[in-house]
Amino acid sequence: MSFATNLRCRECGRLYDLEPIHVCEFCFGPLEVIYDLEAARRTVTRERIAAGPHSIWRYRDLLPVKGERIIDINAGFTPLIRAENLARELGLKKLYLKNDCVNPSYSFKDRVVSVASSKALEFGFDTLACASTGNLACAVAAHAARAGMKAYVFIPANLEAGKILGAAIYNPTLIAVDGNYDEVNRLCSELADRYGWAFVNINMRPYYSEGSKTLAFEVAEQLGWRAPDHVVVPVASGSLFTKIWKGFHELAAIGLIDGVPTRMSAAQAEGCAPVVTAYREKTLNVRPVRPQTVAKSLAIGNPADGYYVLKIIKESGGAAEAVTDEEIIEGMKLLARTEGIFAETAGGVTIATLKRLVQAGQIRPDELTVAFITGNGLKTQEAVADSVVQPVRIRPTLRSFEEAMAERLLAGTAVR
Amino acid sequence: MAKQRVKFTFPPPLVTQPLIYRLGKEFDIVTNIRRANVTHDRGWVVLELEGELENIERGIQWMIEQGVRVDPVEGDLVEG
Repeated sequence: MSFATNLRCRECGRLYDLEPIHVCEFCFGPLEVIYDLEAARRTVTRERIAAGPHSIWRYRDLLPVKGERIIDINAGFTPLIRAENLARELGLKKLYLKNDCVNPSYSFKDRVVSVASSKALEFGFDTLACASTGNLACAVAAHAARAGMKAYVFIPANLEAGKILGAAIYNPTLIAVDGNYDEVNRLCSELADRYGWAFVNINMRPYYSEGSKTLAFEVAEQLGWRAPDHVVVPVASGSLFTKIWKGFHELAAIGLIDGVPTRMSAAQAEGCAPVVTAYREKTLNVRPVRPQTVAKSLAIGNPADGYYVLKIIKESGGAAEAVTDEEIIEGMKLLARTEGIFAETAGGVTIATLKRLVQAGQIRPDELTVAFITGNGLKTQEAVADSVVQPVRIRPTLRSFEEAMAERLLAGTAVR
Repeated sequence: MAKQRVKFTFPPPLVTQPLIYRLGKEFDIVTNIRRANVTHDRGWVVLELEGELENIERGIQWMIEQGVRVDPVEGDLVEG
């Protein structure tokens, strides 16, 4: 059962029923789901969770879906890996990676869309919609297919066709909007008002974003029911960051973990770093920017939750750092080389930021640190295509092979 | 009549200009401010615009031409 009780405005605190609305009627502030944590405390136990499915739905008590039918393509319950090689290279003692590359549509967006699509069905919607340049489109199209719902996916017209292939295979209605990024944004806001669709990150947003909490729930459970000392989270809209924090606090409130000592640090690309810029300038005012980075999945220039991210960084004693495109590529390669994980560019942002934070002394070597890897590298192959090893060409003879290897040795390159 | 919730972000040179007043007057739009933060060098205003859809669209275009950033109140909606 779900212990969700209401929506609450994050600005003025007004309460609303659990309806398909996302902004406060009074102050237009964002709405967030709240729960009866006292009741949950009496019911939700570690054993109850352990007996649940191997997906985000093992935490159903703390998700906002009350309907019978849930749309589960097995999002979540992804590996938490002890990264000893990478830790050694960076100078950390206890480093873990939460590997969300292995979700059904290969990014953490499956978590949020699984919740949004289930809630949409409960509300009686028959259409799921989103505007996306990649991961979200895939997750929406996949979940709509599973649910038997119609799907509308809006993309900027100049987006490369290959980017959306992972969504197109599920047969959604794809709409390429002939306008710039800001115009697509405004159009989607108007569409969400006009049509009776479940726009996952607009009118479903309060429910959608709750799905990200499951990353915190899983990490705590996988660590033997404790919160980490430090986490590094990539920031686009900031929703993931704020919900990981909320997730740890809900677990503490219902007594499943002892407290939340976690320092929350944010990772962005220099080419789209509105939150990091505000952090550096010691202000909570986030100034919108025009994104220009290889980390396309983090390219949100006007992050809805930027202000809340900055507050959490301050409250938790965390930090924020941004890295260049070159560092992002190096981060992806470092992660692959040391731990055998091929992450998308956002993963490169997280690893490169982790490295910088360690070097700057922001993360202490003995802190139990978790870095969140949110999407699969096969989605952004073009980013590293020119900087990975190229094959050594030989003729089909032993001699040719041995000559080629000898040449490499002479050139000072180790045989791989 | 149509309604639209938007966020205007003003760069420093425009903070002192009565642009919201002119938007209402020249495009026949009712402007209803719900939240704002304006300091000496920057400012944002979250408000509702009510009027004929065409006037709202023309009005928003005019604000953009003046140098104001216009966003949905939800922030960026096109996600990765």
